Amino acid sequence: MSILVNKYSRVVVQGITGSEGQFHSKQMIEYGTNIVAGVTPGKGGKKTLDNQIPVYNMVIEAVENEKADTSIIFVPPPFAADAIIEAVLAGIKVIVCITEGVPVKDMTKAKQIVKKHNARLIGPNCPGIITVDECKLGIMPGFICKKGNIGVISKSGTLTYEAIDQLVNVDLGQTTAIGIGGDPIIGTTMKDCLALFEDDKETEGVVIIGEIGGQMEIEAAKWAKENMTKPIVGFIAGQTAPPGRRMGHAGAIVSGGDDTADAKMRILEECGITVAKSVADIGQLMKNLMEKK
Amino acid sequence: MKIHEYQGKMILKEYDIETPESMPAFSVEESILAFKKLNTSPVVVKAQIHAGGRGKGGGVKLAKTPEELKKLTEEILGMTLITHQTGPEGKEVQRLLIEAGVDIDQEFYAAITLDRNKEVDVFMVSTEGGVEIEKVAKEMPEKIIKVWIDPLLGMRRFQASQLAYGLKLEGQAFKEATQIFLKMYKCYTSTDASLLEVNPLVKTNDDHIIALDAKFNFDGNALFRQNEIVKMRDLSEEDPYEVEASKFNLNYIKLDGNVGCMVNGAGLAMATMDIIKLAGGEPANFLDVGGSANADTVKNGFRIILADKNVKAILINIFGGIVRCDRVANGVVQAVTELGLKVPVVVRLEGTNADEAQMILKKSGVSIIPATGMKDAAKKVVNAALNLESL
Repeated sequence: MSILVNKYSRVVVQGITGSEGQFHSKQMIEYGTNIVAGVTPGKGGKKTLDNQIPVYNMVIEAVENEKADTSIIFVPPPFAADAIIEAVLAGIKVIVCITEGVPVKDMTKAKQIVKKHNARLIGPNCPGIITVDECKLGIMPGFICKKGNIGVISKSGTLTYEAIDQLVNVDLGQTTAIGIGGDPIIGTTMKDCLALFEDDKETEGVVIIGEIGGQMEIEAAKWAKENMTKPIVGFIAGQTAPPGRRMGHAGAIVSGGDDTADAKMRILEECGITVAKSVADIGQLMKNLMEKK
Repeated sequence: MKIHEYQGKMILKEYDIETPESMPAFSVEESILAFKKLNTSPVVVKAQIHAGGRGKGGGVKLAKTPEELKKLTEEILGMTLITHQTGPEGKEVQRLLIEAGVDIDQEFYAAITLDRNKEVDVFMVSTEGGVEIEKVAKEMPEKIIKVWIDPLLGMRRFQASQLAYGLKLEGQAFKEATQIFLKMYKCYTSTDASLLEVNPLVKTNDDHIIALDAKFNFDGNALFRQNEIVKMRDLSEEDPYEVEASKFNLNYIKLDGNVGCMVNGAGLAMATMDIIKLAGGEPANFLDVGGSANADTVKNGFRIILADKNVKAILINIFGGIVRCDRVANGVVQAVTELGLKVPVVVRLEGTNADEAQMILKKSGVSIIPATGMKDAAKKVVNAALNLESL
């Protein structure tokens, strides 16, 4: 068991012939991801990646001919929202958008379409999802993961890797790790992911990594307090971030009130989440919780 | 990206939203010329800086005669304006807006921005105009009227009316306000603004609705399709180090501490700053070298960090995913050799090709301090900074 993707996922790569698409598709196939098709408008009819993967002009063709049910998007920012909407309308149910720099107004529209059609979007501006030893739908280094029972949810890419590495160092493997992205509008929230992990029989504990800006961590913590039976370790990046400054991620900006690191850490704790004050303690805290069980 | 008030008003005019007659002025001569052209008295002299709170800081004054205007212009142009948003160092005023005075009956607040929780734009108005809206939101939240706009439908006429009813407007003023709200939404979406705030929006004594201020923020991700907006960028309003860093695709923010850091990824970069603080140090900057860190980016990163004379030690923290640690290591060796670093450098490399990277650093003979894990790295860099400080 795992969440969102597994070895049966039939993946179409949107933007497969671009340099990013090529590089990461190769890496994903090496990891074992079942890539069944690629899409690049104007390049339909060709084959790519050692002549193994058919390329189509449109996502709908990949769905009809290759039974694609999952998509990963590597198209440039001006066209990314369009790619998301195309995938949704073609009937794809799990979509990961890696693209960084998608205009917010494009995303508010795409998000409405995703909601209306009950699709699941991860990202944009995210490292993707990995279900360990089954399917890598993203750009994270697969070799750092180890199969196990911890779920990981994070707004940040490299901080996800840091958490995974710490878990492995204390001999805790992962079921699925999800980078949900750091933009103001994202497809799947922290709360959504917690609910998925709560329902996953194999997952025994969850690490959530948030940052300054927005209310997502608070929403997730309040939900967890009422609904979650599995232990959670939480970390919030940006304790030293000055207010009013965008810290890299478009969404990482303290605008006053409950969106500072301190406020979020306090609310997480109030909701029963074990909060790591130092990023270096994430692994050990989860280890302690697992031993208590 | 932000722009000045006078530029914001130019945009509003393009969308047929009425603002007072006004002219920008960069000198005393232009200021006096504006007075003649406006042909009214009094006029308002408004300092043009990106930060808010200009009135309280002494950057907005009334002038009745050309003599008064000349004196005020000389005073305000070139002054360092300190407001609650500029920080204690203030901001030098280089541009003015000379504006015709308006007979105000009522002041309102009107703004559009993204509601991150609802994931759609929200249009807010209030009868409590001209004051800090944060204060109103805290003390009298019922005084803020909101409508949420479905991005697929756009703003509907009834929603604009709802806002105008909320302000208890009638007759001509009601009609004009409804029109202005619809135009504001059109302007907000067409320019890819992330904030459009008019505070105050006023009703004049003769029942007209006029935008007395215009504050815009723009979505940085959308600037590729907003050429006219990009032209309005005023680099003198931005931190020179940050502008320099952006030329190399580095995301840099200067802070007040003495421990510099260079990290890949925004989240890890923030976490690195935090752990430096927990180890007893003060971070000197946020620096995300992004997903394409190589020898060149590392070198430029060093240059930018070291331009800050407070920096007493540097921590490089890279978790290689797409970024290959061996490339970063080569960059560190090259930079240290070329720049002849005067401060200690602690290096923590993990992930893709980390072992090769350690070998490269070892073989090179450059004096860097290797670290394992973030706790170790933070401790070492803070100690290094303290040692140098005590010399």
